[in-house]
Amino acid sequence: MPVNSSDDNPEKARRFRDAALPHLDDVYTLARYLLRDAADAEDAVQECYLRALRHFDSYRGPAMKPWLFAILRNVCRAEFARRASSPTAPIDDVPDDAEQTPLWHEAQETPEAQMLHRWDSTTIGRLVAALAEPFRETLVLREIHDLSYREIADIVGAPVGTVMSRLARARAMLRSAWMAEEEQPK
Amino acid sequence: MTCDEAEILLHALIDGELDAGHARAVEDHIAGCRRCAAQLRAYREMSKAVAGADLRYAAPPELRRRIEASLPQARVPNRRAVLRGFAFGSAVSAIAATGLVAIILRSDDEARIESEVVSAHLRSLQAGHLTDVLSTDQHTVKPWFNGKLDVAPPVIDLTAQGFTLIGGRLDYVDTRPIGAIVYRRRAHVINLFVAQTASAERRAAKIETIQGFNIRRWSERGLNYWAVSDLAADELAEFGEKFEASMKTGTAG
Repeated sequence: MPVNSSDDNPEKARRFRDAALPHLDDVYTLARYLLRDAADAEDAVQECYLRALRHFDSYRGPAMKPWLFAILRNVCRAEFARRASSPTAPIDDVPDDAEQTPLWHEAQETPEAQMLHRWDSTTIGRLVAALAEPFRETLVLREIHDLSYREIADIVGAPVGTVMSRLARARAMLRSAWMAEEEQPK
Repeated sequence: MTCDEAEILLHALIDGELDAGHARAVEDHIAGCRRCAAQLRAYREMSKAVAGADLRYAAPPELRRRIEASLPQARVPNRRAVLRGFAFGSAVSAIAATGLVAIILRSDDEARIESEVVSAHLRSLQAGHLTDVLSTDQHTVKPWFNGKLDVAPPVIDLTAQGFTLIGGRLDYVDTRPIGAIVYRRRAHVINLFVAQTASAERRAAKIETIQGFNIRRWSERGLNYWAVSDLAADELAEFGEKFEASMKTGTAG
């Protein structure tokens, strides 16, 4: 191991700041959707940047944003593990039948059902945040962060085909929730 | 192409992820299948609505500030850096210069570093990042620091004295990497930060309170120590005394 204090190198810090800090809002947004808690998201993002700086010397790609996302995802998994071991942790299990429910309900084919209500951003954000994992993560990376299937696959460590089927499932779930929302009495 | 295949692949079509051949195959299927055509329309519309919504969050300014503050700063050379350069630049004047550094820095920088030490302590508790190396064995913790720091922090097992060694961590204080040795007493965490000092003189311990945390600071054999905890001052003093006593009897790992 090289004798280091490369972490102390202001030039490296400047390069890291220039490369990584412009993505702070994106990283924070992903953390908000993954953890669904503002304070936990802040802690996770800070830890993500500390880890990223530590590994910046060995960073050779991919693009900076997916790289930060992959680090953030690992940080969040540690947080999930912590929550799971906490007796007061909210249960956030994927329903067992999530993979089995049909993607499409025939009733949705009626002309009225095809009219998509124009929900405001707050409502759409709430519907997205309510999706179960791993579908929420996949949908957020695709729809909000505009990443390619390949980039998403690398971040979540799954084959591209899995990303595609999770996304199909995520959109089916979101559409059901979208329709159900419409049926709420005003 | 079956409907089962098409209802997955139509999403890749929406996202522009299909090559020309597969795109045509999906479109051919949809042209002859009312059900899949309805799905394509519905999901395309929803995807557009989601993309058009403002679903992003802006990072709070305080978070940005905290991250900025944790990065090593590219500062203009300050008085301290000039003095350091002077000290390292000239072997002859090194002793005199380091003495000067110690005197000049005492007043203003010490308070700042102590508040940074408290911030580092807080970070270690909040971010779920208390230890980089988790071990109650001083012979595991001490070698872990090798090559990560320009000093070898002494790691002492004080379990018998009521302070359990739980690991070590690399932290940043005053924009420099610093060793943190982590102890626990009941539910209280003690971070012992160790850094090189410019002066070899021994400095007696001093206890201060910053933001509700007690800091016991002392210097010995060319190293500065800051023990930070929410432990009561007398217990933290006891920790420091036990540590110093063990250093004297040479039980460091």
